[in-house]
Amino acid sequence: MKKVMMGNHAISHGATLARVQVIAAYPITPQTQVVELLSEIVADGKLKAEYIKVESEHSAMAACIGASSAGARAFTATSSQGLALMHELLHWAAGARLPIVMADINRAMGPPWNIWTDQNDSLSQRDTGWMQFYCQSNQEVLDSVIMAYKVTEKVLMPAMIVLDAFSLSHTYEIVDLPDQAVVDKYLPPFDFKYKLNVNDPHTYGGLTTPEWYMEFRVKMQEAMEQALVEIKKEAVEFEKAFGRRYDPVEPYMVDDADIVLVTSGTAASTARFAVDQMRKKGKKVGNLRMRLLRPFPFADVREHLKNAKKVIVVDRNISYGYHGIWAQEVKSALYGHSKVPVFNFIAGLGGRDIFPETFVDIVNKVKKLKKPDQELYWVEVKQ
Amino acid sequence: MAKDRKKIEFQKIGDLPPMVQSQRSMAANPTGSWRNLKPVINQANCIQCTICWKFCPDAAIDWVEDNPVINMDFCKGCGICAEECPKKCIEMVKEGK
Repeated sequence: MKKVMMGNHAISHGATLARVQVIAAYPITPQTQVVELLSEIVADGKLKAEYIKVESEHSAMAACIGASSAGARAFTATSSQGLALMHELLHWAAGARLPIVMADINRAMGPPWNIWTDQNDSLSQRDTGWMQFYCQSNQEVLDSVIMAYKVTEKVLMPAMIVLDAFSLSHTYEIVDLPDQAVVDKYLPPFDFKYKLNVNDPHTYGGLTTPEWYMEFRVKMQEAMEQALVEIKKEAVEFEKAFGRRYDPVEPYMVDDADIVLVTSGTAASTARFAVDQMRKKGKKVGNLRMRLLRPFPFADVREHLKNAKKVIVVDRNISYGYHGIWAQEVKSALYGHSKVPVFNFIAGLGGRDIFPETFVDIVNKVKKLKKPDQELYWVEVKQ
Repeated sequence: MAKDRKKIEFQKIGDLPPMVQSQRSMAANPTGSWRNLKPVINQANCIQCTICWKFCPDAAIDWVEDNPVINMDFCKGCGICAEECPKKCIEMVKEGK
Protein backbone atom coordinates (compact mmCIF):
# COMPACT_ATOMS: atom_id res chain seq x y z
CA MET A 1 0.00 0.00 0.00
CA LYS A 2 1.43 3.34 -1.06
CA LYS A 3 1.37 6.19 1.43
CA VAL A 4 2.82 9.67 1.67
CA MET A 5 4.98 9.93 4.76
CA MET A 6 7.94 11.69 6.30
CA GLY A 7 11.23 9.91 6.84
CA ASN A 8 10.72 9.76 10.59
CA HIS A 9 7.44 7.94 10.17
CA ALA A 10 8.98 5.63 7.57
CA ILE A 11 11.31 4.47 10.34
CA SER A 12 8.41 3.98 12.75
CA HIS A 13 6.55 1.88 10.19
CA GLY A 14 9.71 -0.08 9.41
CA ALA A 15 10.15 -0.92 13.10
CA THR A 16 6.46 -1.84 13.41
CA LEU A 17 6.61 -4.13 10.38
CA ALA A 18 9.77 -5.71 11.83
CA ARG A 19 7.68 -6.49 14.94
CA VAL A 20 10.16 -4.97 17.37
CA GLN A 21 9.43 -6.11 20.92
CA VAL A 22 11.08 -3.41 23.00
CA ILE A 23 11.39 0.28 22.17
CA ALA A 24 13.34 2.44 24.58
CA ALA A 25 13.48 6.15 23.90
CA TYR A 26 14.17 9.51 25.42
CA PRO A 27 11.53 11.86 24.08
CA ILE A 28 13.19 15.28 24.32
CA THR A 29 15.18 17.21 21.66
CA PRO A 30 17.09 16.02 19.63
CA GLN A 31 14.50 13.20 19.42
CA THR A 32 12.19 13.15 16.40
CA GLN A 33 8.72 11.87 15.49
CA VAL A 34 10.15 8.36 15.08
CA VAL A 35 9.35 7.36 18.64
CA GLU A 36 6.30 9.62 18.89
CA LEU A 37 4.49 7.59 16.23
CA LEU A 38 5.81 4.33 17.69
CA SER A 39 4.42 5.25 21.11
CA GLU A 40 1.00 5.80 19.49
CA ILE A 41 1.19 2.53 17.59
CA VAL A 42 2.06 0.65 20.79
CA ALA A 43 -0.58 2.50 22.85
CA ASP A 44 -3.22 1.66 20.22
CA GLY A 45 -2.32 -2.01 20.56
CA LYS A 46 -1.25 -2.26 16.90
CA LEU A 47 2.23 -3.45 17.90
CA LYS A 48 2.80 -5.85 20.77
CA ALA A 49 5.86 -4.21 22.30
CA GLU A 50 7.15 -2.77 25.54
CA TYR A 51 7.64 0.97 25.17
CA ILE A 52 10.11 2.14 27.81
CA LYS A 53 10.36 5.85 28.55
CA VAL A 54 13.82 6.51 29.90
CA GLU A 55 15.63 9.48 31.37
CA SER A 56 18.42 9.83 28.79
CA GLU A 57 19.73 8.40 25.54
CA HIS A 58 22.40 6.58 27.55
CA SER A 59 19.58 4.81 29.39
CA ALA A 60 17.69 4.20 26.14
CA MET A 61 20.62 2.20 24.80
CA ALA A 62 21.06 0.49 28.18
CA ALA A 63 17.42 -0.64 28.06
CA CYS A 64 17.90 -1.90 24.50
CA ILE A 65 20.97 -3.83 25.64
CA GLY A 66 18.97 -5.43 28.46
CA ALA A 67 16.08 -6.27 26.16
CA SER A 68 18.30 -7.67 23.45
CA SER A 69 20.25 -9.75 25.99
CA ALA A 70 16.93 -11.30 26.98
CA GLY A 71 16.32 -12.21 23.34
CA ALA A 72 13.92 -9.42 22.38
CA ARG A 73 14.09 -7.48 19.13
CA ALA A 74 15.06 -4.03 20.45
CA PHE A 75 14.86 -0.63 18.79
CA THR A 76 15.60 3.01 19.50
CA ALA A 77 16.16 6.26 17.62
CA THR A 78 18.20 9.36 18.30
CA SER A 79 20.22 12.21 16.84
CA SER A 80 23.34 14.32 17.36
CA GLN A 81 24.03 14.96 21.06
CA GLY A 82 21.74 12.07 22.00
CA LEU A 83 23.85 9.67 19.97
CA ALA A 84 27.00 11.12 21.51
CA LEU A 85 25.59 10.44 24.98
CA MET A 86 25.06 6.79 23.99
CA HIS A 87 28.68 6.41 22.95
CA GLU A 88 29.83 4.21 25.84
CA LEU A 89 26.92 1.83 25.39
CA LEU A 90 27.36 1.62 21.62
CA HIS A 91 30.65 -0.14 22.38
CA TRP A 92 28.84 -2.33 24.91
CA ALA A 93 26.09 -3.35 22.47
CA ALA A 94 28.63 -4.32 19.83
CA GLY A 95 31.04 -6.07 22.23
CA ALA A 96 28.16 -8.04 23.75
CA ARG A 97 27.18 -8.95 20.17
CA LEU A 98 23.59 -7.76 20.47
CA PRO A 99 21.56 -7.35 17.27
CA ILE A 100 20.02 -3.97 18.15
CA VAL A 101 18.84 -1.69 15.36
CA MET A 102 18.73 2.07 15.85
CA ALA A 103 17.85 4.99 13.63
CA ASP A 104 20.07 8.03 13.75
CA ILE A 105 18.74 11.17 12.15
CA ASN A 106 21.91 13.01 11.10
CA ARG A 107 21.91 16.32 12.94
CA ALA A 108 24.84 18.66 13.41
CA MET A 109 26.69 18.60 16.72
CA GLY A 110 26.60 21.63 18.99
CA PRO A 111 27.75 24.12 19.97
CA PRO A 112 26.59 26.23 18.30
CA TRP A 113 23.22 24.56 18.71
CA ASN A 114 21.77 23.46 15.37
CA ILE A 115 19.04 20.95 14.58
CA TRP A 116 19.77 20.61 10.85
CA THR A 117 21.65 17.92 9.03
CA ASP A 118 25.27 16.91 8.83
CA GLN A 119 27.02 13.62 9.42
CA ASN A 120 29.44 14.34 12.24
CA ASP A 121 27.21 12.66 14.84
CA SER A 122 27.09 9.21 13.22
CA LEU A 123 30.58 9.32 11.74
CA SER A 124 31.97 10.01 15.22
CA GLN A 125 30.63 6.55 16.14
CA ARG A 126 32.44 4.87 13.25
CA ASP A 127 34.67 2.67 15.41
CA THR A 128 32.09 1.41 17.91
CA GLY A 129 31.33 -1.81 15.99
CA TRP A 130 27.95 -0.75 14.59
CA MET A 131 27.00 -1.24 10.97
CA GLN A 132 25.98 2.06 9.40
CA PHE A 133 23.57 2.36 6.47
CA TYR A 134 23.20 5.84 4.89
CA CYS A 135 19.84 6.26 3.18
CA GLN A 136 18.68 8.59 0.42
CA SER A 137 14.91 8.07 0.33
CA ASN A 138 12.13 7.42 2.81
CA GLN A 139 11.44 4.11 1.09
CA GLU A 140 15.04 3.08 1.63
CA VAL A 141 14.77 4.12 5.28
CA LEU A 142 11.76 1.87 5.89
CA ASP A 143 13.23 -1.03 3.95
CA SER A 144 16.61 -0.69 5.65
CA VAL A 145 15.13 -1.14 9.13
CA ILE A 146 13.65 -4.48 8.06
CA MET A 147 16.77 -5.56 6.19
CA ALA A 148 19.04 -4.50 9.05
CA TYR A 149 17.31 -6.83 11.52
CA LYS A 150 17.78 -9.71 9.07
CA VAL A 151 21.52 -9.03 8.84
CA THR A 152 22.19 -8.14 12.49
CA GLU A 153 20.44 -11.25 13.76
CA LYS A 154 22.59 -13.41 11.49
CA VAL A 155 25.97 -11.93 12.42
CA LEU A 156 25.17 -10.58 15.93
CA MET A 157 26.44 -7.04 15.41
CA PRO A 158 24.21 -3.98 15.90
CA ALA A 159 23.15 -1.66 13.08
CA MET A 160 22.42 2.03 12.65
CA ILE A 161 20.07 3.36 9.97
CA VAL A 162 21.23 6.86 9.13
CA LEU A 163 19.21 9.56 7.40
CA ASP A 164 19.56 13.29 6.85
CA ALA A 165 17.61 15.55 9.17
CA PHE A 166 14.83 17.46 7.40
CA SER A 167 15.94 16.57 3.84
CA LEU A 168 14.57 13.12 4.68
CA SER A 169 13.36 13.11 8.27
CA HIS A 170 10.70 15.79 7.75
CA THR A 171 10.26 15.53 3.98
CA TYR A 172 7.17 13.73 2.73
CA GLU A 173 7.64 11.16 -0.01
CA ILE A 174 5.66 8.28 -1.46
CA VAL A 175 6.51 5.12 0.46
CA ASP A 176 5.28 1.65 -0.41
CA LEU A 177 4.33 -0.02 2.88
CA PRO A 178 4.99 -3.74 2.45
CA ASP A 179 2.38 -6.27 3.55
CA GLN A 180 2.97 -7.59 7.04
CA ALA A 181 2.73 -11.16 5.75
CA VAL A 182 5.57 -10.57 3.28
CA VAL A 183 7.72 -8.98 6.00
CA ASP A 184 6.98 -11.85 8.39
CA LYS A 185 8.10 -14.33 5.76
CA TYR A 186 11.28 -12.37 5.07
CA LEU A 187 12.06 -11.67 8.73
CA PRO A 188 11.06 -14.54 11.01
CA PRO A 189 11.01 -14.11 14.82
CA PHE A 190 14.44 -13.88 16.39
CA ASP A 191 15.63 -16.87 18.37
CA PHE A 192 18.72 -15.73 20.29
CA LYS A 193 20.93 -18.67 21.12
CA TYR A 194 22.84 -16.74 23.81
CA LYS A 195 19.95 -15.02 25.56
CA LEU A 196 19.71 -14.61 29.34
CA ASN A 197 18.12 -17.65 30.92
CA VAL A 198 17.26 -17.79 34.63
CA ASN A 199 17.41 -21.58 34.54
CA ASP A 200 20.96 -21.52 33.21
CA PRO A 201 22.58 -18.42 34.70
CA HIS A 202 25.75 -16.92 33.28
CA THR A 203 27.58 -13.66 33.86
CA TYR A 204 27.88 -11.66 30.63
CA GLY A 205 30.74 -9.43 29.57
CA GLY A 206 32.83 -10.24 32.65
CA LEU A 207 36.52 -9.65 33.11
CA THR A 208 38.54 -11.13 30.26
CA THR A 209 42.32 -11.14 30.53
CA PRO A 210 44.86 -10.38 27.78
CA GLU A 211 44.99 -14.14 27.20
CA TRP A 212 41.63 -14.12 25.38
CA TYR A 213 40.42 -10.51 24.99
CA MET A 214 42.01 -10.15 21.57
CA GLU A 215 40.32 -13.27 20.22
CA PHE A 216 36.91 -11.78 21.00
CA ARG A 217 37.93 -8.75 18.94
CA VAL A 218 38.99 -11.04 16.08
CA LYS A 219 35.50 -12.53 16.21
CA MET A 220 33.90 -9.08 15.96
CA GLN A 221 35.99 -8.27 12.90
CA GLU A 222 35.06 -11.62 11.33
CA ALA A 223 31.39 -10.94 12.08
CA MET A 224 31.63 -7.58 10.29
CA GLU A 225 33.34 -9.17 7.30
CA GLN A 226 30.56 -11.75 7.25
CA ALA A 227 28.04 -8.90 7.53
CA LEU A 228 29.25 -7.53 4.20
CA VAL A 229 28.63 -10.94 2.62
CA GLU A 230 25.17 -11.08 4.20
CA ILE A 231 24.30 -7.53 3.13
CA LYS A 232 25.11 -8.43 -0.48
CA LYS A 233 23.09 -11.62 -0.17
CA GLU A 234 20.16 -9.76 1.39
CA ALA A 235 20.25 -7.19 -1.41
CA VAL A 236 19.17 -10.07 -3.68
CA GLU A 237 16.79 -11.71 -1.18
CA PHE A 238 15.14 -8.40 -0.33
CA GLU A 239 14.62 -7.65 -4.01
CA LYS A 240 12.99 -11.06 -4.47
CA ALA A 241 10.58 -10.38 -1.60
CA PHE A 242 9.88 -6.66 -2.09
CA GLY A 243 11.06 -5.73 -5.58
CA ARG A 244 13.56 -3.12 -4.39
CA ARG A 245 17.31 -3.50 -4.30
CA TYR A 246 19.91 -1.91 -2.01
CA ASP A 247 23.58 -2.60 -2.60
CA PRO A 248 26.49 -1.46 -0.38
CA VAL A 249 27.29 1.23 -2.95
CA GLU A 250 25.17 2.57 -5.81
CA PRO A 251 26.99 3.54 -9.01
CA TYR A 252 25.38 5.96 -11.44
CA MET A 253 27.01 6.42 -14.86
CA VAL A 254 30.46 5.64 -13.49
CA ASP A 255 31.66 3.18 -16.14
CA ASP A 256 32.70 5.76 -18.74
CA ALA A 257 32.96 8.73 -16.38
CA ASP A 258 36.17 10.76 -16.27
CA ILE A 259 35.07 12.40 -13.03
CA VAL A 260 33.14 10.54 -10.32
CA LEU A 261 31.39 12.40 -7.51
CA VAL A 262 31.32 10.24 -4.36
CA THR A 263 28.46 11.20 -2.06
CA SER A 264 26.22 9.80 0.66
CA GLY A 265 22.75 10.46 2.03
CA THR A 266 20.39 12.81 0.20
CA ALA A 267 23.29 14.69 -1.39
CA ALA A 268 23.60 11.65 -3.67
CA SER A 269 20.24 12.22 -5.37
CA THR A 270 21.13 15.89 -5.84
CA ALA A 271 24.47 14.81 -7.32
CA ARG A 272 22.67 12.52 -9.77
CA PHE A 273 20.45 15.37 -10.89
CA ALA A 274 23.62 17.41 -11.51
CA VAL A 275 25.22 14.44 -13.32
CA ASP A 276 22.22 14.28 -15.67
CA GLN A 277 22.53 18.01 -16.40
CA MET A 278 26.28 17.75 -17.03
CA ARG A 279 25.85 14.66 -19.21
CA LYS A 280 23.45 16.62 -21.41
CA LYS A 281 26.29 19.06 -22.02
CA GLY A 282 28.63 16.19 -22.89
CA LYS A 283 30.59 16.12 -19.64
CA LYS A 284 31.56 12.60 -18.63
CA VAL A 285 30.58 12.71 -14.98
CA GLY A 286 29.22 9.94 -12.73
CA ASN A 287 28.13 9.42 -9.15
CA LEU A 288 28.94 6.76 -6.60
CA ARG A 289 26.60 6.73 -3.63
CA MET A 290 28.04 5.24 -0.47
CA ARG A 291 25.32 3.37 1.43
CA LEU A 292 27.55 1.43 3.80
CA LEU A 293 30.16 2.95 6.10
CA ARG A 294 30.70 -0.19 8.19
CA PRO A 295 31.38 -2.84 7.13
CA PHE A 296 33.27 -0.86 4.50
CA PRO A 297 32.76 -2.13 0.93
CA PHE A 298 36.42 -1.89 -0.17
CA ALA A 299 36.08 -4.06 -3.29
CA ASP A 300 32.98 -2.25 -4.58
CA VAL A 301 34.60 1.15 -4.18
CA ARG A 302 37.73 0.01 -6.05
CA GLU A 303 35.68 -1.61 -8.79
CA HIS A 304 33.45 1.38 -9.48
CA LEU A 305 36.26 3.93 -9.34
CA LYS A 306 38.71 1.97 -11.47
CA ASN A 307 37.96 3.87 -14.70
CA ALA A 308 37.77 7.35 -13.19
CA LYS A 309 40.46 9.88 -14.00
CA LYS A 310 39.50 12.04 -11.04
CA VAL A 311 37.49 11.25 -7.94
CA ILE A 312 35.68 13.94 -5.96
CA VAL A 313 34.41 13.09 -2.48
CA VAL A 314 31.84 15.57 -1.21
CA ASP A 315 31.62 15.31 2.57
CA ARG A 316 28.85 16.69 4.74
CA ASN A 317 31.13 16.32 7.75
CA ILE A 318 34.65 17.16 8.82
CA SER A 319 37.34 15.61 10.98
CA TYR A 320 38.97 18.79 12.30
CA GLY A 321 42.65 18.97 11.48
CA TYR A 322 42.22 16.32 8.81
CA HIS A 323 39.52 16.51 6.11
CA GLY A 324 36.20 14.87 5.29
CA ILE A 325 35.62 11.41 6.74
CA TRP A 326 34.23 9.70 3.64
CA ALA A 327 37.22 11.06 1.70
CA GLN A 328 39.49 9.38 4.22
CA GLU A 329 37.62 6.09 3.76
CA VAL A 330 37.66 6.27 -0.04
CA LYS A 331 41.35 7.23 -0.19
CA SER A 332 42.16 4.36 2.13
CA ALA A 333 40.30 1.90 -0.13
CA LEU A 334 42.12 3.17 -3.23
CA TYR A 335 45.61 3.36 -1.74
CA GLY A 336 47.91 0.84 -3.38
CA HIS A 337 45.20 -0.08 -5.89
CA SER A 338 44.82 3.10 -7.91
CA LYS A 339 46.68 6.31 -8.59
CA VAL A 340 43.53 8.33 -9.28
CA PRO A 341 43.67 11.74 -7.57
CA VAL A 342 41.01 12.21 -4.88
CA PHE A 343 39.65 15.72 -4.31
CA ASN A 344 37.77 16.44 -1.10
CA PHE A 345 35.05 19.08 -0.82
CA ILE A 346 33.27 19.93 2.42
CA ALA A 347 29.69 21.10 1.87
CA GLY A 348 26.36 21.52 3.59
CA LEU A 349 27.41 21.50 7.24
CA GLY A 350 24.71 22.36 9.77
CA GLY A 351 21.99 21.80 7.18
CA ARG A 352 23.15 24.31 4.56
CA ASP A 353 21.52 23.22 1.29
CA ILE A 354 23.57 21.44 -1.34
CA PHE A 355 22.18 22.34 -4.76
CA PRO A 356 22.75 20.69 -8.16
CA GLU A 357 24.71 23.83 -9.13
CA THR A 358 26.97 23.16 -6.15
CA PHE A 359 28.10 19.92 -7.79
CA VAL A 360 28.47 21.62 -11.19
CA ASP A 361 30.71 24.27 -9.61
CA ILE A 362 32.77 21.59 -7.86
CA VAL A 363 33.25 19.64 -11.11
CA ASN A 364 34.23 22.83 -12.99
CA LYS A 365 36.82 23.64 -10.35
CA VAL A 366 38.30 20.13 -10.40
CA LYS A 367 38.49 20.16 -14.23
CA LYS A 368 41.10 22.91 -13.97
CA LEU A 369 43.26 20.97 -11.50
CA LYS A 370 45.60 18.09 -12.32
CA LYS A 371 45.77 16.95 -8.71
CA PRO A 372 44.57 18.40 -5.39
CA ASP A 373 46.52 21.51 -4.38
CA GLN A 374 44.78 21.54 -0.98
CA GLU A 375 43.83 18.75 1.41
CA LEU A 376 40.24 19.97 1.35
CA TYR A 377 38.13 22.61 -0.39
CA TRP A 378 35.33 24.42 1.40
CA VAL A 379 32.16 24.81 -0.63
CA GLU A 380 30.23 28.07 -0.75
CA VAL A 381 31.73 29.55 2.40
CA LYS A 382 31.32 33.29 2.98
CA GLN A 383 34.53 35.25 2.43
CA MET B 1 23.07 -22.11 42.82
CA ALA B 2 26.86 -22.25 43.12
CA LYS B 3 27.13 -25.05 40.62
CA ASP B 4 30.36 -24.99 38.70
CA ARG B 5 33.08 -22.63 39.80
CA LYS B 6 35.91 -23.91 37.68
CA LYS B 7 37.62 -21.58 35.23
CA ILE B 8 36.47 -21.85 31.63
CA GLU B 9 39.26 -23.25 29.49
CA PHE B 10 39.46 -22.70 25.75
CA GLN B 11 41.94 -24.32 23.40
CA LYS B 12 41.24 -22.46 20.19
CA ILE B 13 39.34 -19.42 18.92
CA GLY B 14 36.68 -21.64 17.37
CA ASP B 15 35.64 -22.74 20.87
CA LEU B 16 34.73 -19.20 21.89
CA PRO B 17 31.13 -18.00 22.00
CA PRO B 18 30.63 -14.63 20.26
CA MET B 19 30.42 -12.81 23.60
CA VAL B 20 32.03 -13.31 26.98
CA GLN B 21 29.91 -15.56 29.20
CA SER B 22 31.11 -17.01 32.44
CA GLN B 23 30.20 -20.57 33.38
CA ARG B 24 28.25 -19.39 36.39
CA SER B 25 25.92 -16.74 37.71
CA MET B 26 27.30 -13.92 39.84
CA ALA B 27 25.61 -15.69 42.77
CA ALA B 28 28.52 -18.13 42.63
CA ASN B 29 31.06 -15.32 42.74
CA PRO B 30 31.27 -14.01 46.35
CA THR B 31 32.58 -10.46 46.36
CA GLY B 32 32.12 -9.59 50.04
CA SER B 33 35.87 -9.55 50.68
CA TRP B 34 36.12 -6.05 49.16
CA ARG B 35 34.44 -4.54 52.24
CA ASN B 36 36.13 -2.10 54.63
CA LEU B 37 33.00 -1.25 56.61
CA LYS B 38 30.20 -3.67 57.39
CA PRO B 39 26.58 -2.81 58.10
CA VAL B 40 25.22 -4.02 61.43
CA ILE B 41 21.45 -3.90 61.93
CA ASN B 42 19.98 -3.15 65.31
CA GLN B 43 16.96 -5.44 64.89
CA ALA B 44 15.31 -4.07 68.05
CA ASN B 45 14.78 -0.67 66.37
CA CYS B 46 14.01 -2.02 62.88
CA ILE B 47 10.44 -1.31 61.73
CA GLN B 48 10.65 -3.73 58.75
CA CYS B 49 10.01 -0.93 56.25
CA THR B 50 12.07 -2.81 53.57
CA ILE B 51 13.81 0.38 52.43
CA CYS B 52 17.30 -1.11 52.93
CA TRP B 53 16.22 -4.19 50.96
CA LYS B 54 14.96 -2.02 48.11
CA PHE B 55 17.99 0.25 48.00
CA CYS B 56 20.80 -2.33 48.24
CA PRO B 57 22.50 -2.06 44.82
CA ASP B 58 23.84 -5.60 45.07
CA ALA B 59 20.62 -7.30 46.25
CA ALA B 60 22.68 -8.47 49.24
CA ILE B 61 19.88 -8.05 51.77
CA ASP B 62 17.60 -11.02 52.26
CA TRP B 63 14.23 -10.94 53.97
CA VAL B 64 14.16 -13.67 56.59
CA GLU B 65 11.09 -14.09 58.81
CA ASP B 66 10.07 -10.42 58.53
CA ASN B 67 13.58 -9.13 59.19
CA PRO B 68 16.39 -7.85 56.96
CA VAL B 69 19.48 -10.05 56.99
CA ILE B 70 22.61 -8.92 55.16
CA ASN B 71 24.41 -11.52 53.08
CA MET B 72 28.07 -10.83 53.86
CA ASP B 73 29.22 -12.96 50.91
CA PHE B 74 28.06 -10.14 48.64
CA CYS B 75 27.81 -6.95 50.74
CA LYS B 76 30.55 -4.53 49.63
CA GLY B 77 30.01 -2.13 52.52
CA CYS B 78 28.81 0.81 50.42
CA GLY B 79 26.67 2.09 53.31
CA ILE B 80 23.60 2.96 51.21
CA CYS B 81 21.37 0.90 53.55
CA ALA B 82 22.67 2.81 56.59
CA GLU B 83 22.17 6.14 54.80
CA GLU B 84 18.62 5.34 53.69
CA CYS B 85 17.37 3.69 56.90
CA PRO B 86 14.66 6.03 58.31
CA LYS B 87 15.21 4.72 61.86
CA LYS B 88 19.02 4.99 61.57
CA CYS B 89 19.31 1.50 63.01
CA ILE B 90 22.06 0.33 60.62
CA GLU B 91 25.56 1.17 61.76
CA MET B 92 28.67 0.89 59.56
CA VAL B 93 31.38 -0.83 61.59
CA LYS B 94 35.01 -1.18 60.60
CA GLU B 95 35.84 -4.72 59.46
CA GLY B 96 38.01 -6.76 61.83
CA LYS B 97 36.63 -5.11 64.95
